[in-house]
Amino acid sequence: MNWRKIEEEFFLVMMRLASLLILAAFLAIMGTVIYYGLPALSWEMIFSAPKGGFYLGKEGGVANAIVGTFYLACGATIVSLIIGLPVTLVLNVFLKRGSKLAEFIRFSFDVLWGVPSIVYGAFGFTLMLYMGMRASLLWGIITVALVVLPAMCRAIDEVMRMIPGELQDASLSVGANKCETAFKVFARQALPGIVTATLISFGRAAGDAAAVLFTTGFTDAVPTSLAEPAATLPLAIFFQLGTPFPEVQQRAYASALILTALILLVSIAARLTGSRLSKYVIK
Amino acid sequence: MDNSLEISETPHLRVRGLNVYYNGHHALKNISLDIPDKKITAIIGPSGCGKSTLLRTFNRLIDTIEGVKVKGEVMIDGVNIYDPKVEVTAIRRKMGLLSQRPCPLPMSIFDNVAYGPRIHGERGRQNLRNIVESNLRHVGLWEEVQDRLHKPASELSIGQQQRLCLARGLAVEPEIILGDESTSALDPVSSKKVEERFLELKNEYTIILVTHILRQAKRLADYVVFLYMGELIEHGPAAELFANPKESLTREYLTGIIS
Amino acid sequence: MASLRKIKERLTCSAMMMLTIASGLLLFVISLGLLLRSREILEMKPIMELLTSSVWKPGRGEFGFWPFIAGSLWVTLLSALLAVPVSLLCAVYLSEYASRTVRAIAGPVLDMLSGIPSVVFGIWGVLALVPLVKDYIAPMTGRFSSGYTVLTAGIVLAVMIVPLIVHVALSVLRSVGNDLRDASLSVGATRWQTVKLVVLRKAVPGLAAAVVLGISRAFGETMAVIMVAGNVAKAPKGLLSPAYPLPALIANNYGEMLSIPLYDSALMFAAFLLLAVVIIFNIAARLILKKMENIR
Repeated sequence: MNWRKIEEEFFLVMMRLASLLILAAFLAIMGTVIYYGLPALSWEMIFSAPKGGFYLGKEGGVANAIVGTFYLACGATIVSLIIGLPVTLVLNVFLKRGSKLAEFIRFSFDVLWGVPSIVYGAFGFTLMLYMGMRASLLWGIITVALVVLPAMCRAIDEVMRMIPGELQDASLSVGANKCETAFKVFARQALPGIVTATLISFGRAAGDAAAVLFTTGFTDAVPTSLAEPAATLPLAIFFQLGTPFPEVQQRAYASALILTALILLVSIAARLTGSRLSKYVIK
Repeated sequence: MDNSLEISETPHLRVRGLNVYYNGHHALKNISLDIPDKKITAIIGPSGCGKSTLLRTFNRLIDTIEGVKVKGEVMIDGVNIYDPKVEVTAIRRKMGLLSQRPCPLPMSIFDNVAYGPRIHGERGRQNLRNIVESNLRHVGLWEEVQDRLHKPASELSIGQQQRLCLARGLAVEPEIILGDESTSALDPVSSKKVEERFLELKNEYTIILVTHILRQAKRLADYVVFLYMGELIEHGPAAELFANPKESLTREYLTGIIS
Repeated sequence: MASLRKIKERLTCSAMMMLTIASGLLLFVISLGLLLRSREILEMKPIMELLTSSVWKPGRGEFGFWPFIAGSLWVTLLSALLAVPVSLLCAVYLSEYASRTVRAIAGPVLDMLSGIPSVVFGIWGVLALVPLVKDYIAPMTGRFSSGYTVLTAGIVLAVMIVPLIVHVALSVLRSVGNDLRDASLSVGATRWQTVKLVVLRKAVPGLAAAVVLGISRAFGETMAVIMVAGNVAKAPKGLLSPAYPLPALIANNYGEMLSIPLYDSALMFAAFLLLAVVIIFNIAARLILKKMENIR
């Protein structure tokens, strides 16, 4: 064995170890969540709200947080799709190819993508106080929509940028205007990407805690209107893990398992639907 | 030649003093020419000479590229299409484009052909069905696709897709057909079919083709335009230009010295 | 008919343009909003004092951010130290050596790892790592520790930023052309030599950008850190002392920020500080990646 073989072998072993370490960390996290979460799971846990206060009450479950998370994540995803789809269509259809403005906006989304969610939370909180309003589902939706907007736009844009210029030429050359080209051709061609982006954003919205902490509040009740505060699973974990009562901590463990399962399911769905919806897509 | 006389008398498209700048690069230099009505005009020249750019100025698709400036006039039916008052979509409607690679829209075969008419306000189901059928017949695709009109266009073969694109262009009743190397991505058989369509269609339409295949230009063209490095070197009736070119650059290109 | 179509287009077009411009200004608006809210404290105290003083007594109007800045630096740098070598080795393995099967497994695993919400990382830290540090690692050094330490936070953060670094590093490595690899292999270089002398050399700026993105993610991470770092407002002295990073400060105290004078302004200043650092890091990394053939 010469030296260069030994060197290669050494690094190969290190690389394999590093990869295994990452896998091990993933399995350890999943293992912990399942080990603590599974025994805590019951019908009561899923279908009833906490009784006697989420921090102290020893009875009840996390239905408030499950419903809250669902409302919040749906709302935030829809809002960010309503903003994100037109914006990416503008970037790819309305603005000329190689436009400086488009480049700037893409860059700003890249940077926004890296901004931590607590900063959005602090900003949303400031805005909320400025408008003289209180923590509610509505403000949670607005703030979390901002948190997931960059991810949404980047994911849709990535797909739309792949669309060849000829497709736009083809539509324009029969006399379609840019709006028609954008919504009838581009949105359709990018549909699989849009669905994937929406699911990814849903996952991110459901898992967000820092922005929600400031703007959504927390409550034992299942939310019935946008103006009420709402509980979410991440905060259910955060608050209930810190109590001295084992019964309450059970709710945190169960929440963690439900949240993780939800997000993994969404992420798998995102992978699968992408390929299912490509019937009309021109390759 | 009486043929040439006939051609110069009835131009369909007049280009006067056309200059195109692309980020400071002078892509087309002071081009003036007339494109004859109801004939096939071929634009030839080595790659990068500005053939496609010239074609894209005709239906203002050049507008979609950042940093492009167009000066001069392109007149169709006596209207300068670069006049700010002109409606771009109306201009584009007058010209069907057949691009290099077939480019069906992400929808069914039927919807591809009906796309243009629908956009321009045609709503009647029966009317649309008639338009789709007659245009698919026009390009010789009807027999092949009539029982799967509502299948995605992406399932057609490449050659069929290109004819579908032609039908889509014809469905908005254009006056001019622009072809940008329209056969270069096709197999020889499909290529031949598309060429046959062009020869048939020239009775009703003015056809402008960009091609880098000299033999194709010889087969199809009535009128030829030769560009080199953004300049218009020579243009004239095909027979004349191919038989005895006036410019030495044209001669060199035709004999394959420059390519 | 035609004019209605035109009016419709004009309206949609301008509405969409406005939406686009607004979202382009979002970053600016957020920065400005936070800056305006922290103006009050910036007018009262010199910025250097805020950044370097260690006295944090909001009740008495003393706002020294140093303990929190130091806490952030400790946990962030530790997490980078742990995550960077592992991530880069893994990225090189996946891009240059791994078989199709390994890649097919690694892709979804990394996806899922990056999708796990930060509170779940936090609960893992609390349930698994905190007892580990408290009962095994601290006693080995002969010291007592609650388990809520810089070390715990660093490990949790490291696992959180690994998928991000691997993802960016992988796309950087993929952007290195195969012709370059072929050229090196065909002169008789081994695979590792090709990686070391050709691929990595070409990829260095992009890999640096991947690391910077990872560090900036760790710097802003809140929920997982708040759960395991201990949150004691003193600059950490070592791996086994608790830390109180900036994001944890903001998240823990927003509830009473309106009851103490200047407190709200101080917390918004902390948020602005966080944002400024993250923006600088991200802009730097994105510029490098943009130069390298538009990697996202």
